[in-house]
This record gives sequence, C-alpha cells and structure tokens, in this order.
Amino acid sequence: MTDILVVAELAGGTARKTSFSAIAAAKQMAEATGGAFDILAIGEGADAAADALKGFGARKVLKAEIAGHYWAEKYAPTIAAAAEGAGVVVACASSYGKDLLPRVAAKLGAGVASDITGISSEGGELHYTRPMYAGNVLGTVKITSDKQVVGVRQSAFEASAPAGGDSAVEDFAVVDGDLGDRIEVLSTEVVQSERPELTEAEVVVSGGRSLKSAENFENVLEPLVDAFGAAMGASRAAVDAGYVANDLQVGQTGKVVAPKLYVAVGISGAIQHLAGMKASKCIVAINKDKEAPIAQVADYFLVADLFDAVPEMTKAVSAIKAQG
Amino acid sequence: MKILVPVKRVADPDNADKVKVSADASQVTSDGLEWKMNPFDEWSLEAALRLTENAAEKKRTGEVVLVSIGPDDAVQTMRQGLAMGAERGILVQSNDGDLDSGVVASVLAKIAADETPDVVFLGKQSADGDSNVAGTKLAELLGWPLVNYATKIVTDDEGKSFTVTRELDTGVQTIKVTGPCVFTSSDRILQPTSIKNGQTPDDFAYPASEGGRYASLKGIMAAKKKPVDTKALSDLEPADRTDEYLSFALPEGRTGSVAFVETVDELVGKLQSEAKVL
Repeated sequence: MTDILVVAELAGGTARKTSFSAIAAAKQMAEATGGAFDILAIGEGADAAADALKGFGARKVLKAEIAGHYWAEKYAPTIAAAAEGAGVVVACASSYGKDLLPRVAAKLGAGVASDITGISSEGGELHYTRPMYAGNVLGTVKITSDKQVVGVRQSAFEASAPAGGDSAVEDFAVVDGDLGDRIEVLSTEVVQSERPELTEAEVVVSGGRSLKSAENFENVLEPLVDAFGAAMGASRAAVDAGYVANDLQVGQTGKVVAPKLYVAVGISGAIQHLAGMKASKCIVAINKDKEAPIAQVADYFLVADLFDAVPEMTKAVSAIKAQG
Repeated sequence: MKILVPVKRVADPDNADKVKVSADASQVTSDGLEWKMNPFDEWSLEAALRLTENAAEKKRTGEVVLVSIGPDDAVQTMRQGLAMGAERGILVQSNDGDLDSGVVASVLAKIAADETPDVVFLGKQSADGDSNVAGTKLAELLGWPLVNYATKIVTDDEGKSFTVTRELDTGVQTIKVTGPCVFTSSDRILQPTSIKNGQTPDDFAYPASEGGRYASLKGIMAAKKKPVDTKALSDLEPADRTDEYLSFALPEGRTGSVAFVETVDELVGKLQSEAKVL
C-alpha cells in the first residue's frame, strides 16, 4: 500500500487544469497500490484553491499559503515535509512541475520518472511509461528509491472532474524555504488569452515560419483559429523569429498536445515539432511542399499556398459553424 | 568568470526516428547514427562562451570547463566543445548503463565543489532521455540558486550577479540571482542579443543561429592540445541509481497513410464526412 501526494499547480487562487491531470494519474496509482491520495495546494491563493479541490475524492486536501511569486526553492521544503507519509509525489510535468519536482526529489533522496504517459502495476509495484528520444521510443521504468517522484504529461491523462466528494481540508505548516538575498523574483508576466489553453483545447491550429511575420499570424492564421474556436500553436522556428510568444510553442521543448484535430499550417514537421503533436487524433497539414516531413504523421495534407488556402478555409469553417 | 558546462553525447537527434529497440526489448540501439553533442548542452555551451568573451574583440575573458560522463570515446564530443572555445575538459569514465539523472547530478555536484565555478550551465534535458531532471537536482544538492529555461542573461564585467529572464508555460519570469548558481537554457538563449556580459559592447549582436558556433580550423587544431583531465566515476562517490528500465518499445505508427488533397472544399468535406471532426 502506497499513499500518493499530488502537488496542485495554482494560478491566481485557483488550481490550473494541469492539476486535474495529476489527480487523474494519482487516482490510477492509488487504485494500483491500494493506497489513498492527498492533494497539496501550495502557494499564493492556496486557501481559496484548497476549497475547490475538495470534490476530487482525495483523503484530505492540505493547504500551505505562501505569499509572493512562485519559486521552486521556496516551495520545495514544504512539499518534502508534506510527502513524509507518502510513497509517491506527483505533479503535472508542466514548466512548473519540471522546475519543482527534481528539487523535491533531491530533498527526499528520490528517483524521478518524468513526463510519464502511462501507469501500470505488477503486484502493487508501479511501472511508468514515458516517451524518450523525442517520442520515438517508449520506455517502461520503475523507480527503486524508497520514495518516488513522478511528473505527468498533461495530454496523456484526461483531467479528473470533481465527483461530489468532500475531502477534509487541513492547514499544513509551511517549512521555511528562505532564499536569503541570492534570489529576487523581479516580475512574473502571465500571458492572458481569450482562447482555450493549448494543452486543453479540442482543436489546435499551429503556424510555422512560412507565415513570414507576426502580422500574418494575426491577419491570416488567427481568423482560422477563431473560426474553429481553437487554441493557437506555433513551431519553434516561428517563436524564434518573434512572430508569437514562447508559450505557444508546440514540440519536444514546448507544449505537448493531443487534440481531436491538429492543423499544421506552413510547418515542415521537424522531429522536434512532431514530438509535441503526433498523438493528436486527426492531423491536417497545409503546405506547398508535398515532401515536407509533416506528411509522415498527417492524415490529410492540403497541397496549397497557405496564403490562398487559409482564408478560404476560414470562410468554409465559419459557414459550417454558423449552421451549427 | 568561470563556467562549468556538462556536455553529453546523444544519438543524432535529427534522426531520432531511426532509433531502434533490441529484439528482447531490453535496450535502445542507435547503430548507424552519429554521436552528436546533445543540442540542449550545445546551446548552453554557446551561451557560456558568450558570457566569457569580448565578442567584438574576439577575446576570451573567462574560463569554460567542460564535463562529460561516459565511455572513453565521449571525449570526441568534448573535443568539439574545446574546438568551439572552451578552455579544458574533465572526462568522468563510466558506462552509459551506470547513469541516471540522479547519478549525474551527484557527480556534477562533486566536480562543482572542487572547481568552484561561478555558474554551472546545463542543457535543460538530454535529447535521448528527455528527463529534464539533472540540472535541478544538481542545484538542490549544491544548495545553489537555479534558473531553469533562461532566455536572456545580463551581467556586468564582475560576473557575480545576473538578471535572467526565463520562459514558463504561462509566460516569462525575470529574476535577479547572485552566483554561484545553476542555469539551464531555453530555445531562445541564442538570440542575437540574449546575453550581455559587460565585456562585449552592449550594442553587439550575434548572428542569428539555432545552434552553437562552428569551430574554426584553428580552433580544431588548438582543441587537440587542450587539457582533458580523466576521473573514475567510482572516485566521485556517485549516488545510487534510482531508476530501472524494464523494457523499451517503439510507439505505434499512425494508422493509415496520408491523403493528399488539392482543394479546401475537398479537405473540409473529408473532415466532415470521414474524420467527423468538423
């Protein structure tokens, strides 16, 4: 029997959806080991967020209110203390989880299974599947230290929904993670968007360097994104060129998405990009070059100049959506 | 300024789709693929070189020390880094099978304690394991501050404190950090004006590039004579391995092959009637 501690990721006093994928993974683990899972809400707004986490069936919800900007060193000692009775600490492998979990692991002397996409078990022992080599190999790994730290790929675990539970909420004493004067967080700029989040959207429309400018992203691609009610993504090349912000990057080093429909516009399909989107259910490529490697993963490939095809497609999709 | 840069060799990441799994599923084989410097390490090495030079005068102003942990021929990858401009190297001899992120972090912590650099600058992940763990574990073991996913670094000619911008899934964060510290880099660390060090003039712009600088012939010749110190893994009190890979598999290919279409009408029709996603 192994108990699980889920570290929820908070933003503005609520749990981000990343947390619900971590909870989904924790439920699978608890079922396999016969243990229970607890949720830790830590950071600014933990008091408010903890209340909203009561309905997920956790044994208890711990809250540790810490004011100010997130910083891994500030949170890690409290998380390590909260993990005292747990065998597994789990969080989403978002940039938050990737930044935080290895620190917690080092404090606990624990091994890390990062960015897992599947969980299995053998006699209560947990095994994890994780993509390696930019998604070209799947490894199955077990962690042999007393405690385990696990990062969960959001797109591989469908977000848990509240199921009417009423977990007890307890205060958890914050362990001082004072940074002294070595670190000062000057600012945290959070991108605001009316569109769905990339990792949660049913449809993602991504653009590449072939769009040629930030203006074309806005004037050519965005109308198609909005016609679908989609999230917008981008290739690394488009982000590097400054056409869109880094939070839109899809790939091995950006976000990993698995929507029902992925539309790749003017994206050739480098291995690093494919790593971030090839688990999508249906993939459409729009590209002039029939030989582009994106063809290896695409279901449909419109061979066309994107500057002609995208406005036309925007009209067609808008018309269909208008019919309901 | 002295910067320690760990470099790992990986099977050519641009051909990662040609990696295979052995018949008994016990190991990944990359036969036929060239060894390359892990691209994430290469970016960090290039960033470290930019932090320790006056680029306008093409003059080195600090020291970059490379560390590789692996079999003897991993030294080839390190030579490439020396040819780019790093001053010297340390090879920790080991079998690839002895390592995981925790072992690597423990060995790097020991070397950092001996070398006392101002910065340890790592790739955020390796292109084979894709774990994203070693740099952060290292910082915790050293008790040093860490800035993951740095995209912009500004320091002065003292090189003791840094203003760093880093990328998050949700935006960017800017931090002031005092060394010694640990950095990992984001994809944008090699933008033309991402690094300012108080030595290279502030208006200097590096050429746009996705990777590190090419080694000159002179650099390649010089690299052959640069010192590489060899240590045994067991002498560095490595941590115990904490992971055990039970099996490997190739992911299932995508079903069906691509259907090429010529018109938007045809595409939209198929998305409605065949794929039923519209």
